Order: sequence, then structure tokens, then C-alpha cells
Amino acid sequence: MLNTIFSGDFPRSRILSVMLLAIFVMLALGPFLFPSTRAFSTLGMICIFIIVVASYDVMLGYTHIVSFAHTMFFGIGAYGVAMAVTAMGNTFSAILAGTLAAVAVTIVLSLLLGLLSLRVRAIFFALVTLAVAFAFMTLVNQLYTVTGGEDGLRVRVPRELGPAFRPFDGTLRGFSITTFLSGLFTQPWNLGEVIREAMFDVRITGRDIMYYVTFAFSLTAFLLLLRMMNSPFGRVLQAIRENEFRAEALGYRTVYYRTAVVLVSTVLTTLAGVLFALLNRYVNPENTLNFELMVFILLMCVIGGMGTLYGAVIGVALFMLAENYLQDLLRVLGGYVEGIPLVERLVGPEHWLFWFGLLFVLSVYFFPRGIVGLLRLCSANGARRRAFAADENAREQRESQA
Amino acid sequence: MSTQNQIPDEDRPSPAGWRVQLTRFREQKPHLFLLLFMVLIPAFLMPPVTWLTLTISGLAMGLMLFIMASGMTLTFGLMGVLNLGHGAFISLGAFAGATVVAFWLGDYAGSSSMLVNMAAIIPALVFAMAVAGLVGLVFERLVIRPVYGDHLKQILVTVGGSIILMELIHVIWGPNEIPVPRPDSLRGAVIVADTVPLIGGMAVEKYRLVAVVLGLAVYGLMIWVIDRTRVGILIRAGVENTEMVEVQGYRIRLLFLAVFVAGSALAGLGGAMWAMYQEIITAHMGDTLMISVIVVIILGGLGSIRGCFYGAILVGLINLYVGYLEPRLAAVTTVGLMMAVLMWRPQGLIPVIKV
Amino acid sequence: MAEPMLTLSGIRADIDQYHILHGVDLQVPQGELTVLLGRNGAGKSTTLRTIMGLTRVTAGGIRFGGDDITGMPTPQIARKGIAFVPESMGIFGLLTVRENMVLAAINGPIDPARLEWVFTLFPPLKTFWDRSAGNLSGGQKQMLAIARAIIEPRELLLVDEPTKGLAPAIINDLAGAFEELKGQRATILLVEQNFNFSSRLGQSVAVMDDGRIIHSGSMADLAGDEALQQHLLGLSLGAHQ
Repeated sequence: MLNTIFSGDFPRSRILSVMLLAIFVMLALGPFLFPSTRAFSTLGMICIFIIVVASYDVMLGYTHIVSFAHTMFFGIGAYGVAMAVTAMGNTFSAILAGTLAAVAVTIVLSLLLGLLSLRVRAIFFALVTLAVAFAFMTLVNQLYTVTGGEDGLRVRVPRELGPAFRPFDGTLRGFSITTFLSGLFTQPWNLGEVIREAMFDVRITGRDIMYYVTFAFSLTAFLLLLRMMNSPFGRVLQAIRENEFRAEALGYRTVYYRTAVVLVSTVLTTLAGVLFALLNRYVNPENTLNFELMVFILLMCVIGGMGTLYGAVIGVALFMLAENYLQDLLRVLGGYVEGIPLVERLVGPEHWLFWFGLLFVLSVYFFPRGIVGLLRLCSANGARRRAFAADENAREQRESQA
Repeated sequence: MSTQNQIPDEDRPSPAGWRVQLTRFREQKPHLFLLLFMVLIPAFLMPPVTWLTLTISGLAMGLMLFIMASGMTLTFGLMGVLNLGHGAFISLGAFAGATVVAFWLGDYAGSSSMLVNMAAIIPALVFAMAVAGLVGLVFERLVIRPVYGDHLKQILVTVGGSIILMELIHVIWGPNEIPVPRPDSLRGAVIVADTVPLIGGMAVEKYRLVAVVLGLAVYGLMIWVIDRTRVGILIRAGVENTEMVEVQGYRIRLLFLAVFVAGSALAGLGGAMWAMYQEIITAHMGDTLMISVIVVIILGGLGSIRGCFYGAILVGLINLYVGYLEPRLAAVTTVGLMMAVLMWRPQGLIPVIKV
Repeated sequence: MAEPMLTLSGIRADIDQYHILHGVDLQVPQGELTVLLGRNGAGKSTTLRTIMGLTRVTAGGIRFGGDDITGMPTPQIARKGIAFVPESMGIFGLLTVRENMVLAAINGPIDPARLEWVFTLFPPLKTFWDRSAGNLSGGQKQMLAIARAIIEPRELLLVDEPTKGLAPAIINDLAGAFEELKGQRATILLVEQNFNFSSRLGQSVAVMDDGRIIHSGSMADLAGDEALQQHLLGLSLGAHQ
């Protein structure tokens, strides 16, 4: 059964499996493990961006299509539902209308871009997507009467998905990981007290419903992508990636496959954008269409590991952690290098992007397969060494018996 | 006797009709055709004085874009390297130039004498080119060298490198935008005497005129180098067949480096000129300008200096015309122009590389 | 006997994952025209490219005029005095004939006297001096390719199948040009499939098969020995011309 769920594409590394399991548990039990709202919204973002980055990986890692227009599709979904709710009120039908409209626009644009990719070479295509995404963002900024321009739009969600809605009375018990861990380090002898302090009340609201809808979507979409990439369709994609001419010669109409990949990728991203609008309840050009966001997606995909899908999960989790906690780390480090003029400023928390950029460049050189690739390599080496050792043992035994 | 050899009148081929000639013109000189189109249509949509002012301003912007973009198109044409970090060099040049003209030699810039101003401007431009060129040298060795031939990795590392460079700008110059006051003698406009027919009373900003002159000079110099010098022959040969150039005995790797450094220096020059044009700079100005640069090089044809020139002018003009007629559509129209040209000519206006 | 100009010893070379040369031992005597024969796929072009440094050597050594040039970068090998005319000719179609020649004259401006001599060998080059090289016919391009290699005196000329796809009249002109070069005591290594052309010009000959040299000796001996031709090349070459 596991084979079916994972579509035969297992993590293939014990460390990776542990990490993935941890992330899964964290996301599945989120509201019950993290009392703070900041952590809660971060979890929601992780769910959403796993799909955004995974669908980007499908294009970049599996098919070697470089596109800088990914944020555009994300924004289409977010703005689609935001504008629909603003115009039609916070009803589910508004959400549905907005989603359908957004997906329709996405499909049309994707087909147009697919058509373009026929005419021009890959490098051109990458540059053109960059220009198109920029034009789209400018348009959104300019048409401020419908899009709210730079200020963006507030998204009023239906009551059932909002913080005021209580699906049932009474509270559930939650167990705060962070409090538990910090308590463990500060007063390990007082275990009972630590556990008691870690417990907290959880009131399930509409926001939690929204979160679990997002989580369900994220899980389903991810498993779907996994299934797709490990099906015959996925194999053809890899063939196209390795040697397109050969694939075409073998009879596969690469145009259709490419277009299909782009469509799946962009539509999933648009849906993720819809959920983003509903979860974040606020959209503006900066948090949906910005080029910086596009670069982040690229970073997460590459550092996590291109062409692995699991890389998206690791990359997103790592990135979100870094964004929130790297600044703290840098602040601590900053204390140590105080006094050295330029270095002091470099290690400042506001320059965390510099270090992340450095990490990105280094990982392209030294870990082209990303973290997942690295973990798998270590694991494979370990397995090989163990198999070799086992062979040696068997041989020695045979010889000693002879 | 001789009449027997003459072709009867009705069989003699007639001179090509104007329609045929127009088609021929459109096919063989698409850049001029488009330029004519671009310039003439708006002439009917606005008063002549406005049209002339916008055209000159468009030329100025276009030529500055040309200077910025020429490095990138040459780098791609010769080395096959797509440097998405080019925008960072533009920003770097802008900041370096601004430092000279606004801080170090600010007194000279403040004087009202043009000659004294030049004592500030010229060092600013030279310094901008030197800084950008030097960083370009380091960039080529450290970032680009290891990924020659792998376009995907090039895109990735140059994007990463760009982030790092722009963060370094933040570190050195601070995160805020820096105002760059234009040197005194270049402020204001030249007013055409009222007595001149049609365009009397028109005001043309002095800086724009200077930018046009400088831009044309740079273009002229580049064309001269490419067409008439041995280095230019080497570059054109290298664009066509790198291996064969090595077989002839030339160390083309050095040429690559030189072209990359020159391209980065040009980006810096463009950035510095832009700084004095906009009178304000931020570290991310390179990013926004990169979009225009990308449109320019795709429009013109990767690897072609002439194409880059015409592409840049077209982009400058369309920005100014649409900016006047319907400002909200300026960015979209620029990209739309690129898409339209791509559908018509997938290789750009004056293609050099087979794409 | 004088020291050979070029010596290959046990050269192995690969292209990607394919082993092409399996231990080539070749000696090119000074002042002679040596022909390298062999069927398609034997490794003749790869041998020339390896000498020029375009294909990496995995084993063995190459000595040229007393220096070891194994693994040297191509531009350096060229500057040692080796000129290479590849199978694809490698002329720069976007440049004019003049510019192609200017580029080829790496040691300074073109020597007018030498240029005149090249014009006598290949008159069309003078006619099309300022025209784009891409507009030349096949034969004219080949002339340009060879002219580039000889516009300055070189110690060694490597020429890969110059007569391929050319009309007999042009081939005749090329043969005349090579005769003149021979008259100047140039050292030439010529890869050719056209046996008539080769036997007319060649003084020494080496035969390749399957990445190895299977015979070397004088051209006169091979041309006169039909049985040997049959054995080495699978057919009697004289009968097929």
C-alpha cells in the first residue's frame, strides 16, 4: 500500500525519511503543536509553497523548462479570488467563481506561452517569461481601481472559514513542542512541571478548518505530482529532458508533453494562490507577484533538490525556518564579530539574504542535486558499502569453511 | 536588324511596384521599417512640438539602454553566456558614479560652469566603468567560469550572484535610495527660439541632448571596433566558430574575459548615466532596468550590436510615446512589442546567432 | 634519416564515452607530403584533431620539432607552427575573404608578396576579396581554407579531406597548389579518400584502421603493389579511379 501512495518513489534515505516524517507530523498536527499565531501562519504558508515549489520543480527539474512567470500564475489565483470576493461578497460561490476565472486565465496564458516556446529557444523563453511576468505585475499595479494597486486587497473569507466560527463547543488539548523543548533544556529534572506547562487549550475555529483544507490540498496535490512523475508520462518527460531530439524521433510529440506539464504546473500554482488569499486574507503585488518571491521559489527548488519533488518539501521548510530564525542566528553571530567594520555589517540580520544567496550559489556548484540528492547519495554509498561488506563477510565465511 | 534583338515592350519587365518594394524593404531591413513605423504613427496622435520632445527624450533613454544592453548581448553572442546578473553591474555603476558626482567631487558638480562640471562628470563615468569592470572580472572568474556551456546553471548562478552583489550594495551604501543631483550646467532645458517655425518655443532638456550625443558616440566607437579593427574581426569570428579561432592560434578565453569586462564596464557607464538622468538611485534599479534590457536584446537579436542599437531606440521611443498617451500601459506595451516582433521574427530584428 | 617533424607514440583518444584511437604510432617525415589513408570511421580525422589539441589524449605522447606538445592548449600548438584545415573547412562565413585572411595572418600584417603568390594559386580569392566568405562556392571555400593555412609559412600543414565533394576541375587546381607547396619543401600530413589525388602527391603513406596504424611506408611502394592495397584497404584502389 505504501508503494501505491508513494507511487514507488520513496525517499531512499533514512535521514530524508525522518525529516519528511517530522515535517508531515508538524503540518498534520500543526494547530495542536504550536500555540503562537505566527507559527500557525508559517505552517499554512509551508503547505501552500510546497505545492508552488513542487510544481515548479516539475517544470524545472524534470523537464528543464526555465520559467520566471511562476509568480504570475500564483498571483492570478490569489487576485482572482480576492477580486471575486470583493465584488461578490464573502460567499463560497464567490470563491468558486474567482477560482474558476483564475484557472481559465491561467490555462489561456499557459497555452500562449507554450505556443511561444515553439518559436524560440529555451534561453529566449526564460527571458520572455521574465518580461511577461514583469508586465503583468506592472499592469496589476496600474489598474489600482480593481486590484488595489500597491496597497492590495483585503480578502473577507466566508464566516465558516473565519476566526469567529466555532464548529463545535468545548476545547481540545494541545501540546506545545517549543515550550516542551525549552523546558527540557532549562529544567530537565522537573519533567512533570514541564509537561504540564506545555499543554494548552486549543479552540477549533474556522481558521483551523481553512488550514486543514489547505493541508489536505497540499497533501493530495503532492501525491498526485509524485504519481504523475513516476508514471509513463513522467518517464517521457525525463527522456525529453535528456535528449529531446531522440524523444521526438522515438515518436513522442514533445510539444504535447511540454504543454501538459506547463498546464499542470501552472494550474496547481494558481490553486495554491487561491488558498493563499484565503489563508492570508490579504494580497498585494509584493506578496504574490514580486520578483524576489520568484527568486525564492527558485532558491527553494534548487537548494532542496531539483527533479526530486521531495526537494520542494525540504527546501520550503528550510527556507521558512531560515527566514524566521536566520535573522536571530545572525544577531547572535553579530555579537561575536562586533568591531570588524565591513564584516560586522554583513553579518547583520537584515542581510540574511546575502548569506542565503551565497548558499544558493555554492549549492549550485557543489550540490547540484540539492539536499535531497546529497542525502540520497550518502545513503546509497552507505548501502553500497554495507552490501560490499556483507559480500566480503559471506566470502570469508565460505573460505574459512572450505 | 537591331530591332530584331530588342525585347518587345509588353514583355519587358516593369520596374517593381511600390508594394513589392515595400515588402522587400520590410524583409531586408526590418529594423528600419519598424523604426519608421514607430516614429511616424505617433506623429499623428500628438502636436508636433510634443512629438519632437518625446522623440528626443525617447532617443536619450534608448541610447542609455543601448549602452547598458550592449554588454549583455555581446557576452551572449560571443561566449554563449547568459548573465542575468548584468543588472547588478548597472546598479553598481550607478552607485559608483553617484558617489563621485554627489559626494567626492560634489563641489565641481555644483559649479555652474560646464567645464568645471565636466571635471566631476567625466571622473564619475570613468570610475563607474572601472568599478563595474573590475567586479565583472572577478565575477567572470569566480561565478561564470565554472559553468561555461551549461545554460541552466548559468541562469541559476548569475541570479544568485546578482542577489549577492545587490546585497553588497546595501551593505556598502546602505539600504536607502540616494538622490543624485544633476550637475548644474546640465540642469534645465534649451529653449528653441520662438521665431523657428513649427517647433518655436520647444524646450529640450540639456541632459537628454548630452545623453544622445554620448550614446551615439559610444555606438559609433563600438561599430568602428567591431567592423574595422582586428579585435572586432576576432569577436565576429568567435561568435561564429570559437574552436576555429583557437585553431588559428588565438587564445579566445582571454578575449572572452575582455569582452565580459568591457560589457560590465558598459553596464556601469549606462547605470551612471541613468543615475544622473533619474536623479535618484536604489540598489534594485538594476532589476527594473533589466526587464527593458532583456526586451532590447531579444528584440534586436542576441549577439548583434546593430540590432541592440535599433532595439534600444525602439524601446526608448515606445516608452516615451505610450508614457504620454496612456502611461499605465507603458510597460505592457514594451513587452507586447517584444512578443509581436518575436512572432514575426523569432530571432530578433538583426539576427547573428541561429536561435 | 632526418628526425621526423611529427611523432605520435601510442596515442589513445576518446570522444565522450567512445574510444576512437587505440594506440596510434605515426611519424611524419620533414619536407614531405604524407598521406593518411583509411576507410570511414578509422580515426583519421580524430588523429588530426588530437595533434591539434582539440581532442584530449588519454595516453601516449606527441612530439613536434623536438617539443612535447601533448596536452598543450590549441592556440599554443598553432603558434608552434602547425596549421590545420579541418574537414568542415572552418571558414568564417560572416566575415569577408579579406577578413578571413587577416585573421589567419597571426604574425602581423599580410605579406603582399606571399599574398600575390596565394592569388596565383587560387585566383577566385582575389576576385571575391571583399565579398562575404559565406557566399563562396564549395570549391572556393576550400581554396580559402587552404589559403588561410599557407598565408604565413608554417612548419606543418594538417589537411583533412580537401577534395571531398569537389568537381574534378577544382581538384586539379588543388593538386597544382599542393605541388607548389611540395616544391617549397613544406611538411604536409594529408588525410584523403581520393587515391588518385593521394598517390599523385604523396611521398609517404600511412594506413589506418580501427584506431591504429596498420601500415606505413613509401607511397610508391603501395601504389605499385595491388595485392597490398587489397589487403590493407579491401580493394584495389587503382581499379576504382
